[in-house]
Amino acid sequence: MTEVIVLVERRDGTVRRATLELLTLAARLGEPVALVCGPTDDATTAVLGQHGARKVYVADALADDPYLTPKVDVLVAAVAAVQPAAVLVTAGAEGTEVAARAAVRLDSGIITDAVDVVAGESGPLVTQSVFSGSWSAQSQVVRGTPIVAVRPNSVTIEQAPVEPVVQVLEVPASAGVPGVRVTRREAKVSTGRPDLADATAVVAGGRGMGSPEGFGLVGQLADALGGAVGASRAATDLTWCARDVQIGQTGKTVAPQLYIACGISGAIQHRAGMQGSRTIVAVNKDPKAPIFAIADFGVVGDVQVVLPALLKEIETRRA
Amino acid sequence: MKIVVLVKHVPEPTASWRYADDLTLERATVEGRLSELDEYAVEQAVTLVEKGVASSITYLTMGPAKALDALRMALAIGGDDAVHVLDDALHGSDALATSRVLGAALTRIGFDLVICGMASTDAEMGVVPAMLAERLGVPQLTLAGALEVADGAVTVHRDDDVESLDLAAALPALVSVTDQTGQARYPSFRAIVAGKKKPVATWSLADLGVEPALVGAGAAATAVRSASIHPPRQAGTVVVDQGDGAALLADFLVAQKLI
Ligand SMILES: Cc1cc2nc3c(=O)[nH]c(=O)nc-3n(C[C@H](O)[C@H](O)[C@H](O)COP(=O)(O)OP(=O)(O)OC[C@H]3O[C@@H](n4cnc5c(N)ncnc54)[C@H](O)[C@@H]3O)c2cc1C
Ligand SMILES: Nc1ncnc2c1ncn2[C@@H]1O[C@H](COP(=O)(O)O)[C@@H](O)[C@H]1O
Repeated sequence: MTEVIVLVERRDGTVRRATLELLTLAARLGEPVALVCGPTDDATTAVLGQHGARKVYVADALADDPYLTPKVDVLVAAVAAVQPAAVLVTAGAEGTEVAARAAVRLDSGIITDAVDVVAGESGPLVTQSVFSGSWSAQSQVVRGTPIVAVRPNSVTIEQAPVEPVVQVLEVPASAGVPGVRVTRREAKVSTGRPDLADATAVVAGGRGMGSPEGFGLVGQLADALGGAVGASRAATDLTWCARDVQIGQTGKTVAPQLYIACGISGAIQHRAGMQGSRTIVAVNKDPKAPIFAIADFGVVGDVQVVLPALLKEIETRRA
Repeated sequence: MKIVVLVKHVPEPTASWRYADDLTLERATVEGRLSELDEYAVEQAVTLVEKGVASSITYLTMGPAKALDALRMALAIGGDDAVHVLDDALHGSDALATSRVLGAALTRIGFDLVICGMASTDAEMGVVPAMLAERLGVPQLTLAGALEVADGAVTVHRDDDVESLDLAAALPALVSVTDQTGQARYPSFRAIVAGKKKPVATWSLADLGVEPALVGAGAAATAVRSASIHPPRQAGTVVVDQGDGAALLADFLVAQKLI
């Protein structure tokens, strides 16, 4: 069977859940193999094998986790060596851009923001959510090696244990893209809450939370539900929360089981990032707020009154 | 220092979007505008000129005749002149072809710094800037939340999920900017009138020496097989809080097995 390359992403040395999702998808298209930019270690190899990677290609001459273009060299070298049926990367700042450059070098079609991939008669059939999530399109790559950037949380991870073969990949020195220097690099501190992309519940706050202290209620409710904190751009602009929890067109796209929008009006750019959620709840004092038009349950009321009361309700009902 | 800003004409976000019969985005009958995310690129360029760091701004777009409106809007905000790549053969181009054409145009215009938006608000791929950097062989500093140019070098701040980075490179270079860089000013009526008088050159594929066979729907490396509109979400129950809002909400969450 033809191999399907999954570009591995690691965080703090741990393989991202999104990478394991790609392995699950790759198994539908051929034989999943993993590509690690940098050296691998036992834990990495083991978790990749646990999720079906028959081989782990390592470009171990590479410094661990270099910025962007060296990863393009690795991906292009791997495609040349393996001649895969497809390449799967995680949609996001890094994965999409590595894929885009590789697509140019390989003159191969690229499909971004995939939410599903299945085997089709003439190559992978890719479902995308387009036009701010209002349409769904099925696309195929018709030239070169199909390169697909898949959104995190699009598929349920399946275990498929195999004993992977680790194979070192020779990466020819690149013609040398004029250098970008990393002058400062700072890892983000973990919040201890589930990753926004992976969370089954997301509680999001907007300008209507009123103040940084008021926004704290969003975190309390998220913790009560074991969920993640999200925000509208207005709330992130006001620095009531970290930039990377912004949901919407220029932030994250999430599709949890439960999305609770608190003091968020529901602008089209915000809805683009959350309207795929299974159940949507809104709390807003304005009965005309557009968020109510897509909410399964809405409460017209003051977040500073309703959320503390809801926290109490959850507590008593659990007791 | 010469800046080229890449701007795209896109359907209004509030318009109702649909696929045309050939499974490309219907543009002809929908109101369009300068992509909101490219306004941030325009604003950064205009600011660099105001600071005395840059000397000129040229806008570049590829798109149908209506795309001229995007150039005019950008020229109203600031800048000197613009190039419109217009050719019937371009209809249905994919990102590979778009970057090929824009790359050829950039080479012909000449630049020290190229500024793009983070993504077009219609295709939303966020790939054209990276593809252009690859084709042009210049440093890529994309998804910048802040941008500075001094002493022949560009520095950007880039935030992603895992880390925040400062990146630097010598010019010529290509950057893309996010909506964290600060909203574009709104042009005055006088500026809009002045923008209409600024020179716009129209180039065809022949002007750029790009083979028509390499672009357009026929040369696309991807094909849309089918498309469907998501059924709009139905509004559910809305209750007005009269002291019982939280309890009713909790009832709902329990009924849905969400708590
Ligand atoms: C190119 C572009 C990209 C964008 N990308 C994004 C994006 O990715 N994500 C995003 O979110 N936005 C994005 N935006 C911004 C978007 O258009 C809205 O401005 C933003 O989502 C509004 O945030 P908000 O709902 O928190 O604030 P507002 O629209 O100001 O709404 C606040 C709401 O809180 C309610 N409220 C106030 N006080 C209370 C109270 N005490 N109790 C209950 N309710 C209360 C009000 O009734 C109101 O409905 C983008 C905009 C542009 C132009
Ligand atoms: N047809 C086009 N004309 C001019 N610039 C474009 C065009 N398409 C994309 N761009 C630029 O590339 C950025 C990213 O676009 P995209 O990859 O389509 O999301 C945009 O914000 C623009 O700056």
